[in-house]
Amino acid sequence: MGIVSPGFTGRRRGGSDLPPGQYLTRDFPVLSAGPTPHVLPEHWEFSITTETGEVHKWDWAAFQALPSEEITRDIHCVTRWSKLETDWKGVSLDTLLADVETGADFAMAHSYGGYTTNLPLEDLLDGQAWVAYEFDGEPLGAEHGGPARLLVPHLYFWKSAKWVRGLVLSDTDDLGFWESAGYHEYGDPWKEQRYAGD
Amino acid sequence: MERTALRRRLTWQTGTVTQVREETSTARTIVLDLPDWPGHLAGQHLDVRLTAPDGYRASRSYSIASAWTGEGVELTVEQVPDGEVSPYLVEVLKVGDPLEVRGPVGGWFVWRPEDTGPVQLIGGGSGVVPLMAMLRTHAHAASTTPVRLLYSVRRPASVIYRPDLKDLAASDDVDVTFVYTREAPPGEPRVGRIDAELLAAKAFGPADDPTTYVCGPTPFVEAVADLLVAAGHDPSKVRTERFGPTGGPR
Repeated sequence: MGIVSPGFTGRRRGGSDLPPGQYLTRDFPVLSAGPTPHVLPEHWEFSITTETGEVHKWDWAAFQALPSEEITRDIHCVTRWSKLETDWKGVSLDTLLADVETGADFAMAHSYGGYTTNLPLEDLLDGQAWVAYEFDGEPLGAEHGGPARLLVPHLYFWKSAKWVRGLVLSDTDDLGFWESAGYHEYGDPWKEQRYAGD
Repeated sequence: MERTALRRRLTWQTGTVTQVREETSTARTIVLDLPDWPGHLAGQHLDVRLTAPDGYRASRSYSIASAWTGEGVELTVEQVPDGEVSPYLVEVLKVGDPLEVRGPVGGWFVWRPEDTGPVQLIGGGSGVVPLMAMLRTHAHAASTTPVRLLYSVRRPASVIYRPDLKDLAASDDVDVTFVYTREAPPGEPRVGRIDAELLAAKAFGPADDPTTYVCGPTPFVEAVADLLVAAGHDPSKVRTERFGPTGGPR
């Protein structure tokens, strides 16, 4: 243990069910690097591009026609807030990747507005990730990534790219936006992988 | 600082408080002596870690308020009602105390003296802190890049850094405008939020092609960034840093 802070007793805002260093919030803070893109559902499109350049594409209507799931998960932001049992509706990446032939190990998520974040492909499979379009029974608000965002709740929330427009699959693990700016390339909250080298 | 430097492994280090300055009734500047500090860019932040005698720990991120001049790092902390770390930093921490920090962090909301295009800074409340680091870096580097600051505060007593801002605004290259949302000083008739008209009158326009840095509470940043985009600013040249609750529906 490091130094003791003279006079600090702590308010114990954490909890045993939270990853280390996190505190509980009931609010839903907004963190984005630029202005909020306002993307109309009728202009929204989602694509998956494989390492060979093959493109799979869904517009809003095709996306809505896919089987959806209701998801309840805890979410953890690298800025240290956690929110428990958040309710979402979305399409599983298992569904979206079902007919995609790939041997790639990595995916780069791309968003409207230019944001990117990198993930191992296996973290997007087996019921771990969704493209979500409802929060708490309502269409997802633009400031939270609407009309649709990635939802990868087992990683820090910057991996759950807002305003997601597609995945590009790759054999190499390239760095996304925050990963290039000093944040961890993977981001496991339970291992406190906040910054590069953690 | 290149990308590799931004990805340097960060370790906790212990600094010593050498000075504290009360900025307002709720905000305080803490000056830290950090012998192992690698330096920072204007706009970066650091993590502060507090440890109780029983080993309980709490950490939060704070913007760095000072330019890197080779020694010392300043933080300005606004006390958050019901906060866990900020009340300690604002009310308990004293000169001579140790403080653990880790950083600097962040490579997006930063300004470098080599950046020569016009710079528009727009801060709400304690959102002025990383913008102050940019103004101080601008002064320290003797940069002649034109900089404008719009600083939105509730009332005159809420202004952080008033004497420093007055000094900086004496430079030909720096323009400072205060925007009072609740109560203005005598002789300053306008009370109200930043709107399109004020931006058109006081901020760089899209034709000036500025890089704009907006920092403040989430509703403030959302409103200002939307106004900038509506006015024709390229969204990729509007950098934002939001803090606090949404103020919106969840």
